[in-house]
Amino acid sequence: MIRRRAWLRRASVGSLVFLYLPVAVLIAFSFNASRLSASWQGFTLKWYGVLVGDRALLGATWNSLFIALVSTAIATGLGLGVALGIERLPLRRQQVVEGAILLPLVIPEVMMGVALMLLFVMVKWPLGLWTIILGHATFNIPVVVVIIRARLRKLDQRLEEAAYDLGATVWQALQRVTLPLLRPAILGAALMAFTISFDDFIVTFFTAGPGSTTLPLKVYSMIKSGVSPEINALSAILVLLSMGLIALALGMQREAATRN
Amino acid sequence: MNSVTSVPSLEGRASDGGAGGYPAWLLGPGLAWTTLFFFLPLALVLVISFAARGTYGGVVWRFGLMNYLDLLHPLYFRIFGQSMLFAGLTTAVCLVLGFPLAYYMARTSPKWQGIWLLLVMIPFWTNFLVRTYAWMFILRAEGLLNTLLMQAGVVETPVEILYSNTAVIIGLVYGYLPFMVLPLFVAVERLDPRLIDAAWDLYASPWSVFRRVILPLTKPGVIAGCILVLIPTLGAFITPDLLGGARTMMIGNLIQHEYLVVRDWPLGSAISFVLMLVVVGAMAAFFRAERRLRQNEVRP
Amino acid sequence: MSDWSIETRDLVKRHGATLAVDRVSLGIRRGEFFSILGPSGAGKTSLLRMLAGFERPDSGEILIEARAMANVPPNRRPVNMVFQSYALFPHLTVFENVAFGLEMRQVPKREIGARVQDALSMVKLSGVHDRLPTRLSGGEQQRVALARALVNRPAVVLLDEPLAALDQQLRQEMRTELKAIQEQVGITFVCVTHHQEEALTMSDRVAVMNDGRVLQVGRPQDIYETPSCLFVARFIGVSNELTGAVVALEQEEALIDVPVLGDPRQTVRVPNRGDLRAGSRLILLVRPERLHLSSDGHITGDDNQLRARIEKAFYSGSETRYVLRLSQEVFWKAHVPNAGADQKRFSPGDMLFVRWKPSEGVVLPT
Repeated sequence: MIRRRAWLRRASVGSLVFLYLPVAVLIAFSFNASRLSASWQGFTLKWYGVLVGDRALLGATWNSLFIALVSTAIATGLGLGVALGIERLPLRRQQVVEGAILLPLVIPEVMMGVALMLLFVMVKWPLGLWTIILGHATFNIPVVVVIIRARLRKLDQRLEEAAYDLGATVWQALQRVTLPLLRPAILGAALMAFTISFDDFIVTFFTAGPGSTTLPLKVYSMIKSGVSPEINALSAILVLLSMGLIALALGMQREAATRN
Repeated sequence: MNSVTSVPSLEGRASDGGAGGYPAWLLGPGLAWTTLFFFLPLALVLVISFAARGTYGGVVWRFGLMNYLDLLHPLYFRIFGQSMLFAGLTTAVCLVLGFPLAYYMARTSPKWQGIWLLLVMIPFWTNFLVRTYAWMFILRAEGLLNTLLMQAGVVETPVEILYSNTAVIIGLVYGYLPFMVLPLFVAVERLDPRLIDAAWDLYASPWSVFRRVILPLTKPGVIAGCILVLIPTLGAFITPDLLGGARTMMIGNLIQHEYLVVRDWPLGSAISFVLMLVVVGAMAAFFRAERRLRQNEVRP
Repeated sequence: MSDWSIETRDLVKRHGATLAVDRVSLGIRRGEFFSILGPSGAGKTSLLRMLAGFERPDSGEILIEARAMANVPPNRRPVNMVFQSYALFPHLTVFENVAFGLEMRQVPKREIGARVQDALSMVKLSGVHDRLPTRLSGGEQQRVALARALVNRPAVVLLDEPLAALDQQLRQEMRTELKAIQEQVGITFVCVTHHQEEALTMSDRVAVMNDGRVLQVGRPQDIYETPSCLFVARFIGVSNELTGAVVALEQEEALIDVPVLGDPRQTVRVPNRGDLRAGSRLILLVRPERLHLSSDGHITGDDNQLRARIEKAFYSGSETRYVLRLSQEVFWKAHVPNAGADQKRFSPGDMLFVRWKPSEGVVLPT
């Protein structure tokens, strides 16, 4: 046991290096002065400067933020309703409904993309920001349901019962007891949905129309047109953005932990 | 889409029906939405997969099995075969890399456990395109790896790794390793360490301990991890698209190709549907295996 | 070869800042049933795990069958463990569980069958070969765990709280059975338990541990009759205590004065093994079942006698347990066997005399 730890540790650290080194290298080279070479030619911030001046990129960023915000709001609201309502169903039906709600998580994303595209084309709904939002909300509902249900199960049911015992109606119990206790989970779920939406490429790829280019679509087209230091710089920004969101999510979790 | 969140759902604990809670109609809007924007489109795909292709793309409502018969062409077989091979290989590599990591994490002190878990989770939150692009940057002919190899004098001319099947496998393993680690971690953490002690006490060598005790008892986690890696890799699109060579095509790329390039929606739909059947089949096999294991599971 | 099945020398184990095992030197004889008894956190499980090889001592030595175990991993040690809550492999049948150790040592298939059969019949289990451990009752699981260790014919079987997971009734039965099986196979058993009655009934010898140290090693009656310190006295059974000072020394006895009810200058006799000095303060211990209660003050021989008042009385079938008040602060317990209908019973509030033989008392320094 004592000896086995050593190689396990080494293998684990190795896996972590594998997970982090590529992105770290990518970020490091966003400060490389050379446009073409992969060898270090000196420090520069000019690639970030190029990004700042790119109006199309700015537009794509706004699109992404808008889509993520609206689709997150929809998914969080609907997902919360599902998570609360599903508990009441008899066990068998509960399993069926849960299966149906969670199915989007396991269906290949490409398939979801083309299916939505077919639907929108068939009903002659012009592809654009709103079709993307509908798609994102759809795959984010199960994300929200899973996170909130996980928390609901951990809640002490007696708290709710105590509320009823003290004369609260269903709505009062929800408003005064359950929702405040669920708040960290709801925020966490929303944050998760926001991140997934903001980063999504495939569903967006199939449901986007002219003028609704998102940040990932822009990154994709940049990558397709060749490797360049601007993409490194943009990647660095996206990674930092994700880190910021994680910090936020963790902060919320900590707050939730200290509450209980 | 990133299916991190399906990890907890695999625990599959059903709560008691009817216990407390709020009016069941609350789930109505969400269910309606999912029906309208998920099940309806899926049904559409199914219907169109039996329809015919118009001369200039689009759909002609003449139904038959022709698209599925078209799929019997060796070209499609090759692509399906390649996809499954890639997915299988990726899953195997993830398992080999992920098991030691998960085991180590599950057995380290609680304080470090949190840090390791966080470190494994962070890639989930990092843009998939960015992570794939990182490998393009490293693997391309004039990329970092070749620059280093040439500077070190290992090779004289650049090795072309990018745009190859190897690059696709590397990219897929890189993308989906965390999906393997998390369920494995949960499984190892649940494993009573005394069982390992007991095996050891009964003269088992480290390899025997692993093969006879650890592996069988963490099987639910192994299965869950494999499914979580296998399913998204089967439908992978970005990785083969960006890292693969001219001849690399996986089902995801094929579907995209049929829809957006060839504009043969019925055939694309048929391919999608077959892919879904494969995925659902894999899931069903997983749930059957898991249920069987669950029946034997010990509750100390 | 030495008589020792296991010897430890100055064994030390730290867990972080705490000393889990503190300079433990023990000798465990071949073929004896040896118990390590102590409250939780005493370090007994750490000690056992070091014997099994799961933990490495920070310093000190372990010899098993006269062989140093410093670099011997658990799978090469001639010991087998019966784990707390058994650690039966949930994915293997009863037969496969018991056969596991033999398979690992590549014992021929035919021999495995026979030996597993023997081991299972030794623990009186039959007809459960193909069942999974989860389908067994607690008692049956316990037997499988024991068979799984015994089947390997180890030099020592280590038992970690073997009966803790069983219910009260079963625990009583298994005590005698465990001891019987041990006598039958003649293998050294080392048993860790926090249950004092269990340790006393099963063991040939007992080591009492607390805070990482072994406080006393001896036969159950030695531990009970002549505890070496207050901790042992209090941990093993119930003991009545009285603090006093030596007023007179005699050949084999001493007189001490004790503050008791109504009469602050009572003296009682205590055994003197030559280590008492006049004026020194000490604690007198008397076991509750050694006390006799009587309503008249007539003394026979040299018996000690103190006045007391009944505070509480509990009838428990075989005996009646009284709480007596000897003084403002001193309460004693007396356990009196229920002999028959004509026996005198006392009720709370009764004034009476409590008597015991001086030799039944144990003195410890304060």
